[in-house]
Amino acid sequence: MSSARYSGVPRWVYVPAAAGALFIVLPLAAMASRVEWGSFWSLITSESSRHALLLSLRTSSMATLLCVVLGVPMALVLARTSFRGQTLLRSLVLLPLVLPPVVGGIALLYTFGRKGLLGETIDVLGLQIAFSTTAVVIAQTFVSLPFLVVSLEGTLRTAGQRYEVVASTLGARPTTVLRRVTLPLVLPGLAAGAVLSFARALGEFGATITFAGSLEGVTRTLPLEIYLQRESDPDAAVALSLVLVVVAVLVIGLVRGTRSDVT
Amino acid sequence: MTLQLTATVEDRDVEVAIDVADGQTVAVLGPNGSGKSTLLSVVAGIVRPDAGRATLDRTTLFDAADGTWRAPHERGTGLLAQDPLLFPHLSVLDNVAFGPRSTGATRRDSRATALAWLAQVDAAELADRRPSELSGGQAQRVAIARALAAEPRLLLLDEPMAALDITVVPAMRQVLRRVLDGRSAIIVTHDVLDALLLADHVVVMEAGRIVEHGPTRDVLARPRSTFGAGIAGLNLARGVAEAGAVRAGSGLLVAGLHEGATVAEGSAAVAVFSPGAVSVHRERPTGSPRNVFAATVRELEPRGSQVRIQTDEISADVTAPVVAELDLMPGTEVFLAVKASEVAIYEA
Repeated sequence: MSSARYSGVPRWVYVPAAAGALFIVLPLAAMASRVEWGSFWSLITSESSRHALLLSLRTSSMATLLCVVLGVPMALVLARTSFRGQTLLRSLVLLPLVLPPVVGGIALLYTFGRKGLLGETIDVLGLQIAFSTTAVVIAQTFVSLPFLVVSLEGTLRTAGQRYEVVASTLGARPTTVLRRVTLPLVLPGLAAGAVLSFARALGEFGATITFAGSLEGVTRTLPLEIYLQRESDPDAAVALSLVLVVVAVLVIGLVRGTRSDVT
Repeated sequence: MTLQLTATVEDRDVEVAIDVADGQTVAVLGPNGSGKSTLLSVVAGIVRPDAGRATLDRTTLFDAADGTWRAPHERGTGLLAQDPLLFPHLSVLDNVAFGPRSTGATRRDSRATALAWLAQVDAAELADRRPSELSGGQAQRVAIARALAAEPRLLLLDEPMAALDITVVPAMRQVLRRVLDGRSAIIVTHDVLDALLLADHVVVMEAGRIVEHGPTRDVLARPRSTFGAGIAGLNLARGVAEAGAVRAGSGLLVAGLHEGATVAEGSAAVAVFSPGAVSVHRERPTGSPRNVFAATVRELEPRGSQVRIQTDEISADVTAPVVAELDLMPGTEVFLAVKASEVAIYEA
């Protein structure tokens, strides 16, 4: 549509830009070229693969749900209020974005593990978190929560408070304003944040293997399964990797879809 | 509903006191940045003042002395802003039904209420539309219906027609005139017509302070502030009484007739006269007029059949042939003459 418009981009810029694009696309193509299409279906439907895939989908969904339940209130507090130490708190909340996941896993171990900070309390309740499916969900939530908070906080700030002010002068209590005005208005941003969180949870490896271990059917999610298969059955690893690539592409499509609704 | 309010908002340098009697509409006029919108925000509960208190009938809205603070949704003060701000995800009907629905009415009842109010503002046929499908004037009519459907005890209007296409302003003014009749309201406006047609009482704000207030007719007929005189289309010189004249701050001495009681020598006074009473000359006029001022033409602007000549302090209305004959243009040095009998002097 805008092909005739002056772009202002110097011609030489296209060279490094193309190199960058190639750098991302080439490894994916290389991997796809190694897929054994003949046995693809049987490889991704083997019992261990199915266990891993289902576990991944189940835990990632739970983690996404937890992210929404915890992240929406966090984003609201960060975007709409101001208090001492808010800047510091925001930086801390975003820490899992840049923290090596292994470090996150160790931190979780010393919090929820048997000898951890909350270990005894959890023991008293008769629960055993470390090396369980619950631990997988906790690890995934830990690393993906910031994605939802950042995305939603941005949307909330862009949306502004003008509609909320109007709603309150019409007699709506804060809870009513949140339910009937704020959340519907930021729904696209919330959906995008949830999808990003889901994708991050699905790909989670380091924190999971550190905190939850790798027990088939209990804590061995798809990335862990791929890592293990890489040694014993490279063809299965490649096939499963392709499945994750397809899921990732779908996720990006979903995010773009919800984003374009906003504009 | 009766509002009594005093408030100080320090970081915006606003200090006001205002009363709105039951059923009265008060127009707040003033230049941009004079604190008009802050005043409305304080009443609506969006801005928390540093000092002061306000009561709406027997309810205390806030009292800085004992820390009383009522949240916006508990005040019964409806706010209508320049932008309609209709909730984009709700239909027109559900927008108007929002107030009653939020305060406990059933869905069916609140929709019935909404329809009735839409009919009041001639917008019943828009009920099923989305806000994005409305023109600016339609959206603002719906916003009025929405504000009224919440049954506010006091309606606050912040330049409700400023964002509208000027062709729909007269119709909107008619709607407002109808719905404001007998209702307690504060309307912030730039337009003298709004003050004349919609308000019983006028408050003029400048630099965060109320500089003038009174019944609309009095303020427009006998302005005491520069802004008040400006909207009334009058020249105003403010200063102290001196030998039957007013010595303005700029040194200008304006002679005139004392209206009502003679202003005591040395006390604050204003001299007010119409631009139409000012004549313009290239040579210093001889003869009767006691007020002759040397001035430089700054601007010429057409006003109907007349041309308004702006100088630094005084404006004059002359006819187009006069402008041509005197060859007036920005920068021209002129003498302005006003008969003392055309100048009203009264206490500031």
